[in-house]
Amino acid sequence: MSYDAWILLTGSLVGLTCGVTGALLVLRKMSMLADAISHTVLLGIVGAFFVTQSLNGLPMLIGAAIVGVLTAFFVQMLDSSGVQSDAAIGVVFTSLFALGVVLISFVGDSVHLDVEHALMGEIAFIPWDTLTVQGMNLGPKAVWMLGFVFLINVLFITLFYKEIKLTTFDPQFAALLGIPVMFIHYLLMGMISLSTVASFDSVGAILVVAMLIVPGATAYLLTDRFLILLILSGLIGILSAVTGFAFAVLFNVSIAGSMACATGLYFILAFIFSPKHGILMKQIRKYRLSSEQS
Amino acid sequence: MNALSVQNLTVTYDKTPVLQKVGFEIPKGSLTGIIGPNGAGKSTLIKAILQLIPRISGDIQVYGKPYHRQRRLIGYVPQRSEVDWDFPTSALDVVLMGRYGHIGLIKRPGKKEIQIAKEALRKVGMEEYQDRQISQLSGGQQQRVFLARALAQDAQIYFMDEPFVGVDAATEKAIIQLMQEWKEEGKTVLVVHHDLQTVEDYFDHVLLLNKSPVGCGPTQKVFTMENLKQTYGGSLKFLGENSVVLQERV
Amino acid sequence: MFDLLSNANTQWVLIGSIMLGFASGVIGSFVLLKKQSLISDAMAHATLPGVGLMYIIFEYKSIPLFLIGATITALLATYSIQLIIKHSRIKTDAAIGSVLSVFFALGIVFLTYISKNTSGNRSGLDDFIFGQAASLVASDVRMITIGSAILIILSALFFKEFKITIFDPLYAMGLGLPVRFLNLVLLGLVVGIVVIGIQMVGVVLIAALLITPPLSARYWTDKLGRMTILSGVFGAVSGVAGTVISTIGEGLPTGPIIVLCASIIFLFSLLFGSKKGFIPKVVSTHEL
Ligand SMILES: Nc1ncnc2c1ncn2[C@@H]1O[C@H](COP(=O)(O)OP(=O)(O)OP(=O)(O)O)[C@@H](O)[C@H]1O
Ligand SMILES: [Mg+2]
Repeated sequence: MSYDAWILLTGSLVGLTCGVTGALLVLRKMSMLADAISHTVLLGIVGAFFVTQSLNGLPMLIGAAIVGVLTAFFVQMLDSSGVQSDAAIGVVFTSLFALGVVLISFVGDSVHLDVEHALMGEIAFIPWDTLTVQGMNLGPKAVWMLGFVFLINVLFITLFYKEIKLTTFDPQFAALLGIPVMFIHYLLMGMISLSTVASFDSVGAILVVAMLIVPGATAYLLTDRFLILLILSGLIGILSAVTGFAFAVLFNVSIAGSMACATGLYFILAFIFSPKHGILMKQIRKYRLSSEQS
Repeated sequence: MNALSVQNLTVTYDKTPVLQKVGFEIPKGSLTGIIGPNGAGKSTLIKAILQLIPRISGDIQVYGKPYHRQRRLIGYVPQRSEVDWDFPTSALDVVLMGRYGHIGLIKRPGKKEIQIAKEALRKVGMEEYQDRQISQLSGGQQQRVFLARALAQDAQIYFMDEPFVGVDAATEKAIIQLMQEWKEEGKTVLVVHHDLQTVEDYFDHVLLLNKSPVGCGPTQKVFTMENLKQTYGGSLKFLGENSVVLQERV
Repeated sequence: MFDLLSNANTQWVLIGSIMLGFASGVIGSFVLLKKQSLISDAMAHATLPGVGLMYIIFEYKSIPLFLIGATITALLATYSIQLIIKHSRIKTDAAIGSVLSVFFALGIVFLTYISKNTSGNRSGLDDFIFGQAASLVASDVRMITIGSAILIILSALFFKEFKITIFDPLYAMGLGLPVRFLNLVLLGLVVGIVVIGIQMVGVVLIAALLITPPLSARYWTDKLGRMTILSGVFGAVSGVAGTVISTIGEGLPTGPIIVLCASIIFLFSLLFGSKKGFIPKVVSTHEL
C-alpha cells in the first residue's frame, strides 16, 4: 500500500474507534471526562517510559489505561465528596497533565517523546514505523494497535450492549435492576483510555478529543436511535479523517489538526442542515406553520 | 407473611440523621400510602430501602429474605425520572428496559420480551406512541411510559414516589386503576402521597412518617387527626382545606 | 540562585506572576461559583487560533496584536458554545468539548501553516502552548502586571454585584441590577485573565489557574469574600513558586510547574481544609 493510503487508513481507524466509543460518552454527558482522559494518558505514557525505558506499544497501552481509569476514579471521588463535577474534572486533568508535561522534560533528547508529539501526534511518520514479524513487513504498528483496540471496543459494546444503553439512559434504574453500573462506567473509561492511547501516536493527546466528542455530538443531531447513532458516529469519524487529510495535503498543514477541524465542519453542517434537529429545518418548519395559519 | 419488613434503619446525608431507627412492616397484598410533610424523609426512605443511597444501619427483608436476593421482585417509579429526554430511544425501548433484569447479563431481549413491553404500553394507553422518541411525549405521557416500564418489570412489590404530581385526572385514574389491579393480583404497592383528602379512598394502609414512623397500619386505625397532628406538628394549620376536612371527620 | 533572583528582570517577572496568580484566583472564584470552569478552559484553548491568525495576516510578531486576536477567537468560542446549547439538543459538556477541541485544532493548523508556508518561523508562537516565563521581555511583564492590577480592581469594584447576580440572577434583576451587563463584565474579566496569562502559563493549562485555587479555598471557608481573597493568595503563591522553580531548573516549562504548585495546595486543602477537608471530616464523624 502507498504511503498516503497508510495515513488515510490510520486516520480512518482513529475516527472509527474514537467515534464509536466517544459517542457513548456524549450520551452519558461525560464528554469533558473524555477531554480529561485524553490529556492525562500522557502521564501514563511517560510513566510507562520511565518504568520500561522504551517506547513500546504494550506497556504504553497499559500505563495509559491505568492512568485513564485513575483519572475517572479521582473525578468520581471528588464528585461524590461534593465538588461540582466540572471543577472536579478541571482540577484532576490539569494536575495530571501538568505532571506528565513536566516529567517529559526530564526525558532525554535522544528519546522520541516530546511535548509537540504529545499534542499533535506524528501521523506523517506512522507508515515508517512498521511491525515486522520474522522478517515480514506487516504494515504500520499504529494500524495494528488501532485495529486491535477497535475490535476490543466493538466486542465489549456488543457483549454489554443493553447494559451500556440502560446505564447511560437511567443509571438509577439500572442499579435497581442489579446491573453493575460502576463496572460498566469503568469499562467505558478503560475503552476510552485504550482508544486515546492507540490514537496518541497519530493525532496526539489533545486532538484526539475532537475525534472522541465531535462525531458523537454530530450523530446526536442526526438520529433518534441508539445503535444508529453509534454507527453514524463512527462513519462521521472516518469521513472527517478523509476530508481532513485532503485539506492537509492541499494547504500543507498538520494532518491531525486538519482532521480534527474536519469534525468541526461536519458538526456545523449537521447543526444547520440536520433534517430533524438542524436550525434551518426548525426555522422552515416554523415558517410553514405560521404561513399555514395565516 | 410480610411483603416488606424494615428494622432499625438509619440514614444520614451529612451528619444529622434524616431517618433514625426506622422500623415498620407492610403486609403482602396491601396498598400503602406513605405520608408526611416535606423533608420528612419519604423519598429518602424509599431510596434507602432500594439501596440507591448508603445507610448507616438497617435490616431490610422482602418476602422474608434479604433485599439483595429479592431484587427482581422490586419495581420503582421515581418522583420524576431525571433522564436525558433527548436520549436516542423510543417509548417501547424504554419499556423494554424493564425486562433487562429478567434477561440477565449479556443476553438480548427477544420476541417474548417485546410482546410483554407492548402489552404494558397498551395497558397504560400508550400503544400508539411506541415508536415516538421520548422527548416528543407530554409530561403525563412520559410518566405513563415509566409506569409501563414498571409494569413490564412484573415486580411483586412496587414503590412509587409521588406518581400523581403534574399528571391530569385521566392519568391519575389510570395509575390508580393499575395499582388496584396489582393489589388484586396479590402484589404489594407503596406510594408516597401528599393529598390528604384522597388518602382514605386510595389506600388500605398508611405509613405516617416524620424522620421516624408516627404510625403504620390499616388506614382506619392509623389515619387519625391525632396521628396527623403528631406527624405534621405545628405545620398542620398550613394544610388549609385538608385539615378542615379532617377536623370535620374526626 | 540568589544571583538569579536579584536580577532586575527576574524580579519583575516574579511580581508579574504574583499579580497574575492573584487576579486569576479572584476571578476564578466567580467562575467556579458560576459553574463555568470548563467554559474558561475552552476559551483558553480557543485563543490559539487567534494568535496564529494574526501572525498569518500581519506576518510579524507583535504581542498586542496577538492578544487582540486571542480575545476575538476566545469570545467567538464562548458565543459558539452558547449558540449550540441554545439552538440544539447538544448538552453543555459536549458543546464545550467540541468547541474547545475544534478551535484548538484550528490553532494547530494555523501554526503548522505558518512554519511551512510563510517566510517567518513560529518559534515564540509555540511558547503560547505551555508558556515560558524565561522568554518574557520587560514590556510583556509590564503588561501582565498592569493588566492583572486592572482586573483585580474591577473585581473588587463589582464584588457585591457579582455575588448576587451569580447566586440568584432573577432576584438581582428584580433589584434592578443590570444583570446582562454584569455578566458581560465577568466574561470580560475571564477573557482578560486568559489572554494576559497565556504567555506565561500557556493556553493548555491557564484554566487550571482559574479552577484550582478557588476550589482549594472552598475547603477553608464558606464566605465568598474570604474565599476570593484566599483563592487569590493561593494563585499568587502558585504563580511565584512556579516561576522560581522553572527559572532555576532551566528548560522546565513554566505553566505546568505553576499548575503543579496549585495542585499541591489543592491536595493539602482537600486533606486538611477546616471546612469539608478530608481529615477534619473523619475526626468529626468519629466524635459523632
Ligand atoms: N442529597 C441530599 N443531601 C443532603 N440532604 C438531603 C439530600 N436529599 C435530601 N436531603 C435532606 O433529607 C431530608 C429528607 O429529604 P426527602 O427528600 O427524603 O424528603 P421527602 O419526605 O421526600 O420530602 P418531599 O415531600 O419534599 O418530597 C430533608 O431534610 C432534605 O433536606
Ligand atoms: Mg420526596
